[in-house]
Amino acid sequence: MPNLNQFNRRDFIKAAGAASVAGSTLGLTACAGGASKARGHVVVVGGGYGGTTVAKYLRMWSDRGIDVTLVERNANFVSCPISNLVVAGYKGLDDITVSYEGLKTHWGVRVIKDEVTAVDTAKRTVTLAQGGTLSYDRLVLSPGVDFQWDQVPALNNADAQGKILHAWKAGPQTVALRKQLEDMKDGGVFAISIPKAPYRCPPGPYERASVVAAYLKAKKPKSKVLILDANEEVISKKALFMKAWDDLYKGIVEYRPNSQLTDVDVAGKTALLEFDKVKADVLNVIPPQRTGEIAAKAGLKLINNRWVDINWLTMESTNTPGVHVLGDAIFPAPTMPKSGHMANQHAKVAAAAIINLQSGQEPNPEPVVMNTCYSFVAEKSVIHVASVHRYDAEKKQPMPVAGAGGVSAARNELEAKIALGWAKNIWADMLT
Amino acid sequence: MIRSSHRRALALIAAAALAGASGSALAKDPNLGRNLAATCANCHGTNGQAVPGSGLDALAGTPRDKLLQKLNDFKTGVKPATIMHQISKGYTDEQLGLIADYFAAQK
Ligand SMILES: Cc1cc2nc3c(=O)[nH]c(=O)nc-3n(C[C@H](O)[C@H](O)[C@H](O)COP(=O)(O)OP(=O)(O)OC[C@H]3O[C@@H](n4cnc5c(N)ncnc54)[C@H](O)[C@@H]3O)c2cc1C
Repeated sequence: MPNLNQFNRRDFIKAAGAASVAGSTLGLTACAGGASKARGHVVVVGGGYGGTTVAKYLRMWSDRGIDVTLVERNANFVSCPISNLVVAGYKGLDDITVSYEGLKTHWGVRVIKDEVTAVDTAKRTVTLAQGGTLSYDRLVLSPGVDFQWDQVPALNNADAQGKILHAWKAGPQTVALRKQLEDMKDGGVFAISIPKAPYRCPPGPYERASVVAAYLKAKKPKSKVLILDANEEVISKKALFMKAWDDLYKGIVEYRPNSQLTDVDVAGKTALLEFDKVKADVLNVIPPQRTGEIAAKAGLKLINNRWVDINWLTMESTNTPGVHVLGDAIFPAPTMPKSGHMANQHAKVAAAAIINLQSGQEPNPEPVVMNTCYSFVAEKSVIHVASVHRYDAEKKQPMPVAGAGGVSAARNELEAKIALGWAKNIWADMLT
Repeated sequence: MIRSSHRRALALIAAAALAGASGSALAKDPNLGRNLAATCANCHGTNGQAVPGSGLDALAGTPRDKLLQKLNDFKTGVKPATIMHQISKGYTDEQLGLIADYFAAQK
């Protein structure tokens, strides 16, 4: 095991040398900021939407003054957005996979493929599964969600999880769910179970139901899509989704509200509801979720024992300053969705705050974040929801700006192109 | 008689002074424009450098007045849009001005 801290120091000295040269030629920029250059070592846990963005923006906005180490357990970034098109057979896993190479070579981020198993917030170190520790000046956690398997007891083991799939983290599960759909007979039932909000990506399950219906309509038209929603109604873009199901998938899609899953009969591919049992040929269970485990293990204050409580000016944990948390893991501000777009926006607030704090300045007192989520309702038909959230100093959290945001006027083909363009741009904004 | 290189330098200094003036009058954080512009990057690329062929507008280097006009037209509903009419309403006129400043200054 190499001595990682020593490696850091060497890098740090190199970066410092480069910075003083840059500083002398960039007098104008330095004057504008009036601050000394930000320094220090930031460890980022999680190379998803939030973690990659914060890693890149810390390097870019600090003029490479801040040293960044990113720890991610997977070899490549695999996107959840667009992964429903893989499930439907319109895209392959390659289309949603991006390497971490750009972060390394272009931005000088040290990327370690490993898992963080523990955080010592007093000593400011993290422990790696493959051995060794990393020390940090500031820690950023963007671990996404983990599943509350205890709420679906029969799925609380690896074997069952390999049969009744979630595909709510993109990767092997996405491909496996595609395979189950390909193997399903014409006339089969695809049932998707949606947990009570909040969960990752509010419109995501309805998007999946829609594009799976599109696939079945074209290839196995006697089949059915059954949506078992624990919520009282469609919780995102309701009118647009319902219209798409009615216009495009009548007789295929059936929507059942208030259908909370209590457990599953794995062998029978049966969803057990409070008053009903639903047998499927392909059963897709999206389990209830909470913050990625590492944030809970680190002792950060959670709300409802599920989501990390944060300070919205810095994205720091309210009980553990110096640990910043992004993305799905946090307790959201009012109407703020758990989306990749939003995780990317959180990351920029955190990067700006960390740089200010590391150079002895106050964080920006008026951050703004915004969200856009595109959902496919057919291969080439998309609807969006958008919102803008502005920090409210009295409420101490971002609030949706009244009069801003909204949904598509109607599903349309233009936004199907824009949705794919969005993906290209956000992946580049994170990773290259 | 001012040599052209000097003229360019003077123009640069004047532009910097202007940018500084408008920035400090509005912004408590000197990087407010940068931070606001970064909220656009998810769709329009880091620093407004959209991925070529992505079908989304690159904003880098767009003259300030042109971009601000466009944003205002979205905000007031003069210019039809799929989504920008909804997003632009989330920003104050001052914030849109800072965003336009920032993108205009990108190469
Ligand atoms: C089907 C589907 C469709 C979606 N569509 C959209 C969409 O169209 N638009 C949109 O904006 N959002 C969409 N989302 C939501 C989006 O994927 C999430 O909101 C986003 O990924 C959250 O980012 P994050 O950084 O919080 O977590 P993630 O992106 O999940 O990243 C977390 C990373 O941390 C790693 N990790 C966790 N713990 C550790 C540890 N201890 N050590 C090392 N690594 C660790 C994980 O491996 C993972 O790579 C969709 C989600 C799904 C499931």
